[in-house]
Amino acid sequence: MNIDRRKFIQSISLASGSLLLFPACGGSQKSVWRFLSDDEALTIIAIAEQIIPADEDPGATDAGVVNFIDKQLSGFYSNFQESYRKGITALNEFCHKKYNQPFEKLEWNKQTEVLKLMEKNSIEGEYWKENPSSRFFRMLRDHSMQGFYGSPRHGGNKNYVSYKMIRIDYPHVIGQNRYASRCETLNAFAK
Amino acid sequence: MTNRHVNAVVIGAGAGGGPVAKELATSGLSVVLFERGRWAKYDDHDDDELISQRTTVLGNAFGPHRDKHWRIFVDQRSGKETIVYPHEGAYNNNAACVGSGTVSYGAMAWRFMPQDFRMKTTYGHVDGSTLEDWPISYDDLDPFYEKAEWEIGVSGADPQNPFVPERKKHLPMPPFEFNREGRMLYEAAKRRGWHPFPIPMLRNSIPYNGRPGCYRMRTCVGFACPVNAKCGTHNTVIPVALASGNCELRINCQVAEIMVNDQGKATGINYFDENGKGQIQTADLVIVSGSATETARLLLNSKSKLFPNGAGNNFDWVGRNLQGHAYTGAVGLFDRDLYDDVGPGACVALSDFNHGNEGIIGGGMMANEFFRLPYLFTNQRPPGSPSWGKAHKDYHRQNYKRTMSVKGPCQEIPNFDARITVDPSVKDFWGIPVGKLMGARHPADRKVCEFIADRCEEWLLETGAYKVWKEIGGGGGLSGGQHQAGTCRMGNDKQTSVTNKFGQLHEIDNVFVADGSLMVTNGGFNPALTIMALGFYVGNQIVKQWNGTHLKS
Repeated sequence: MNIDRRKFIQSISLASGSLLLFPACGGSQKSVWRFLSDDEALTIIAIAEQIIPADEDPGATDAGVVNFIDKQLSGFYSNFQESYRKGITALNEFCHKKYNQPFEKLEWNKQTEVLKLMEKNSIEGEYWKENPSSRFFRMLRDHSMQGFYGSPRHGGNKNYVSYKMIRIDYPHVIGQNRYASRCETLNAFAK
Repeated sequence: MTNRHVNAVVIGAGAGGGPVAKELATSGLSVVLFERGRWAKYDDHDDDELISQRTTVLGNAFGPHRDKHWRIFVDQRSGKETIVYPHEGAYNNNAACVGSGTVSYGAMAWRFMPQDFRMKTTYGHVDGSTLEDWPISYDDLDPFYEKAEWEIGVSGADPQNPFVPERKKHLPMPPFEFNREGRMLYEAAKRRGWHPFPIPMLRNSIPYNGRPGCYRMRTCVGFACPVNAKCGTHNTVIPVALASGNCELRINCQVAEIMVNDQGKATGINYFDENGKGQIQTADLVIVSGSATETARLLLNSKSKLFPNGAGNNFDWVGRNLQGHAYTGAVGLFDRDLYDDVGPGACVALSDFNHGNEGIIGGGMMANEFFRLPYLFTNQRPPGSPSWGKAHKDYHRQNYKRTMSVKGPCQEIPNFDARITVDPSVKDFWGIPVGKLMGARHPADRKVCEFIADRCEEWLLETGAYKVWKEIGGGGGLSGGQHQAGTCRMGNDKQTSVTNKFGQLHEIDNVFVADGSLMVTNGGFNPALTIMALGFYVGNQIVKQWNGTHLKS
């Protein structure tokens, strides 16, 4: 078999399209995040909290979902960097135009409305014509869920909040429930 | 440095390659077993759902790695080609490590049924399909199923299943006890007049073969076992092969090509070692056990004077008839907790609908599903219900412990155009042309899936679910996945199959295939035990021919 060196290099760059990393920070401001700018992080925090809101149990903000997303964007999800950067910009452009405020400053119900528009591909804006907003929304939804329900080692699910919420043991030692609060499992069996 | 000539190279240390290496090495042949991955350890990923072999959103726990491996996927409708990576569904991944999928599988230990070996005789010709009988029967494979059950280790109690032939020897370990949902489903199936039984598992129910019994974790399928209670080739036959002194295992090696001389004999292989250096290993015999995708790719990439289209491919059957399983089933909601943390979840099955369904070709085994881990569960909800927001969170919180899922792997009807080919213009990390996946399932699959999903719904309603929805598989698109099979089909006619009934290429008698590629049809069951049995079977045939001096150079 003859291995053509040029094609070989082509195939590598094809496989790692993500090598074209975006600058780690937007603008000259120093950000506390790995990939996101401080402003972008505020938008992500607001969106993630809409996706998994705090109620009697902690929500996305408490679980550190933004930390998960930021960490993965500078790691396994580096190929999504462009989608995030441009999507957040386009979303905020829409919010500024319509409400004269960035997404995170909108009232809760307004935020929900905007996300529903995105989900249905009905949000206005030049960017969304080429890049369906529903796809951007689904990506944010899935990544938020991963950050909330996945293992804490990836930067989200802080203090195992989601495992506590659904009442599964962690660390996983059978019969050793490490949570003080909930006894519903026992109650359910007693019924 | 040149490598010492050996009797046999076995490519791929998975469910098929492990048993072959063991059979050959313990019969005195010198063997080099090649594996593209490395030894897997539980501690590498412990119970991290996002990097497992089941949920791969942040990568595959046991490989392969996306930095070195990719494939082309061709969308059936648009013809659009995309590069896909191992953590993406369309890649059809199998684990790359010693033991391959047997390290992290759910470990169901199914024998196919006698009808599964003669699908054409049972159901007749199906238009647009390559449905065919196997050249071997259930009885031919029976002793090798038994070998797999005892040497690798299976627990279970088949006598409770009236639809399979009586086994000649009992299984080495008793069945697992049902968990809570298992008990409920068992009783409900009995009420319907069906025949439920504990699922046979390649998992120690009691200490066996020097390893401890299972302690029933929820993170089992998709993960390595922390106590080594799951039985794979990595902790059974491969160590036996190595202990014989006749087998060397070379890990982190990527095989590029089988070398075939101008007389049409294989002389060995070209491979890249763990440092990426090109090497040659000569051998009297080459056995390919790389899974249905990689085995076909290797044969197709092995071009020579007599085989310009790839080794054993002069009739264009290599890479054809790719099959997997059309999974189909139903999910039910209950008004109380079912989840008892007695893992891994799946424990009760029935075989009432594998065959004999009116108007249906084949069918599938039905079983309760493995526990859905927290992230996977975010997508298991009634159709039309919110996928985010407070309502979704409420649903997750309320129902995580209150759902039951029953599913089955439906037997697929093979077709010629569901296939793997190679694309010389796209190469992997080492410069080897990558596999290209194309085609779609046969339309008959959908009908089987609808039928089985109805039975699953019926089962859950009988069990007491207050709400049930069906998840019907078998729609368009290409199949394959971890259950991939069929791409180097065995047969008696060299114009319509790739190997003879011993797994030996029709056209190159010192090259054998020993994995799911050989399967003419894929049964309505998880295929691991059948692949292992085929590994023992092919290994046995090689030793027989070898001792007859037929293959010695």
